[in-house]
Amino acid sequence: MSLDISFIGILIGSIMASSVPLILAASGELITERSGVLNLGVEGMMIIGAISGFALMVITDNLFIAIVGSMLSGVIISIIFGFLTQSLLTNHVATGLALTIFGIGLSAMLGKNFVGIPGKEFPILFSSLRESIPFFGPILFGHSIVLYFAFALPFLTNYFLKKTKLGLVVRAVGDSPVSATNQGINVILVRYCCILYGGAMCGLAGAYLSLIYTPQWIENMTAGRGWIALALVVFATWSPIKVLIGALIFGGITILQLHMQAIGFRIPVQFLSALPYLMTIIVLVVISRDSRKIKLNTPTSLGRIFYKEK
Amino acid sequence: MYKNFFKYLISAIFLLGFSVNSNADFKVGFVYVGPTGDHGWTFQHHEGRNAVEAAGIKTTFVESVPEGADAERVIRQLAQSGHDLIFTTSFGYMDPTNKVAKDFPNVKFEHATGYKREHSNVSTYSARFYEGRTLLGHIAGKMTKTNTIGYIASFPIPEVIRGINAMTLAAQKVNPNIKTKIVWVFTWYDPGKEAEAAQALIDQGADVIMQHTDSTAPVQTAEKAGVWSFGQASDMQRFAPKSILTSIIDDWAPYYVERAIAARDGTWNQQDTWHGLKEGMVAMGPYNSAMGADLVKEVEQLQKDLASGKVHSFTGPIYDQKGNILVAEGKVADDGMLAGMSVYVKGVEGDIPK
Repeated sequence: MSLDISFIGILIGSIMASSVPLILAASGELITERSGVLNLGVEGMMIIGAISGFALMVITDNLFIAIVGSMLSGVIISIIFGFLTQSLLTNHVATGLALTIFGIGLSAMLGKNFVGIPGKEFPILFSSLRESIPFFGPILFGHSIVLYFAFALPFLTNYFLKKTKLGLVVRAVGDSPVSATNQGINVILVRYCCILYGGAMCGLAGAYLSLIYTPQWIENMTAGRGWIALALVVFATWSPIKVLIGALIFGGITILQLHMQAIGFRIPVQFLSALPYLMTIIVLVVISRDSRKIKLNTPTSLGRIFYKEK
Repeated sequence: MYKNFFKYLISAIFLLGFSVNSNADFKVGFVYVGPTGDHGWTFQHHEGRNAVEAAGIKTTFVESVPEGADAERVIRQLAQSGHDLIFTTSFGYMDPTNKVAKDFPNVKFEHATGYKREHSNVSTYSARFYEGRTLLGHIAGKMTKTNTIGYIASFPIPEVIRGINAMTLAAQKVNPNIKTKIVWVFTWYDPGKEAEAAQALIDQGADVIMQHTDSTAPVQTAEKAGVWSFGQASDMQRFAPKSILTSIIDDWAPYYVERAIAARDGTWNQQDTWHGLKEGMVAMGPYNSAMGADLVKEVEQLQKDLASGKVHSFTGPIYDQKGNILVAEGKVADDGMLAGMSVYVKGVEGDIPK
């Protein structure tokens, strides 16, 4: 098939589908980080969401319960992180890493009996429009509801942070917990809420993989997407809209390398597979040279332990 | 009094020790590359293990063992913990298996799909999967409307290249306009990546998808997209009932039982086994009725001919991509050439990655 206009539409549709888990997880982590908490447990929360969603789908045969349950499981596992870092004042980095290792191990154990069970077809919206409109059809229609939610989320997050009072509170807590406390804000409570929200979004990102993208459960099926999501937040310099753009770029590289192979393009496959990771490093280097760019949105107290004297 | 007691105790321990080494405690170990529930490659090896167990021989297995350094540790562990025969069931276990075999001359090793037998206690075995690929190629050539067959390949090893070539040759025979598009995913088992590769091939116009990877993701993607697909290693029909035309099924059970009994009874010899449709190590799943009765009949006849040796998957003239002759007219490729196959035949698009 040649590179005609309708083919490009299909291609963009595929790229959008592959970027959904990155958008969801990174948007959730962005709120957590804007409140000053660095949670490196994204991968662990995603994989727990993936197994919970799939297990609930098999047990209850109800996709709605599966989706809500995956978000709840993300919340539950992030409570552990919240309790350790906010109430017991443990180190964010170490606790987050432990959460990832714990999540991968726990999900493998829970998922033992769910390997090899075929998933259920997830309903897609406007599938008839997808076929009938060239170019725009495959881009705009024929997706799951989670995809539409994911693409709205960065805009909602942006609005929340910039235009609402609560958003201002989150930013204040992330920039200066001491001043926020003096303003009468309960810093620990706000941070707890942001951690739980991040957990819910990561859980949903995992469920997207196990229920919609490749409807089945396999050990370690998130395959490093949580780490890419974490890098994405930095890459986007903590701006929700840039998270969306970055996710599309990373999703695009994955899909394009497969297409280039099928066309017969002569680029070493291994190089193309490594590109998302190389890009992350390059972007990190580039933005770290421009300190103004980072300072603009960086939560000043990110990862620092806050202790309120009583 | 106590002196005697200790004497008895010590001799009792010795007796116990001897009984551990007797036939009753003959143990067979299995090393798998994927989870037993992959419903593909590892699943079939596990079925073989179940058959050995059913024959009254004790077995243990370790699943999801990555190829490489970790594999050596696992194989060594099995050898140390009193296993008498160890099946290592993935190509990438070739060097670790031979390395461990050197240190445990009394333990027998069986390595699947490899070619290195550096020590007298290492055998290799494989199945002539390419015979199944010939049948898939025949079906694919007849079923495709876009004349494009999508092929998801794992690693550029002879085993995989042989499958691509066998399929392409058979498809060309029934449909000279056929094109084979290949995507290398560099993994045996990553459903996300396999699904993305299948989708990429479908987007590029392939209406028949086949894969040399182990998960069911490609057939599920094909089912969703409404194109044809084939099960790999195991009967995957229930994962894509409309889309699957047939499956190549690996049946290791008879071989495993035979070798385990031989090792137990002391008649085990080093050998290199390569069985196909004839011996039943390669079998085909049920043919989809969507193929139509005529095509099913044709393919069943071809299956019989391949099994009896009347037809060979690699019958000349066969040319490589540049047009050099590989197998002369009227000749068939010998096993040595098949085992080391490292070039595409004419009609396959692209290069083999290095």
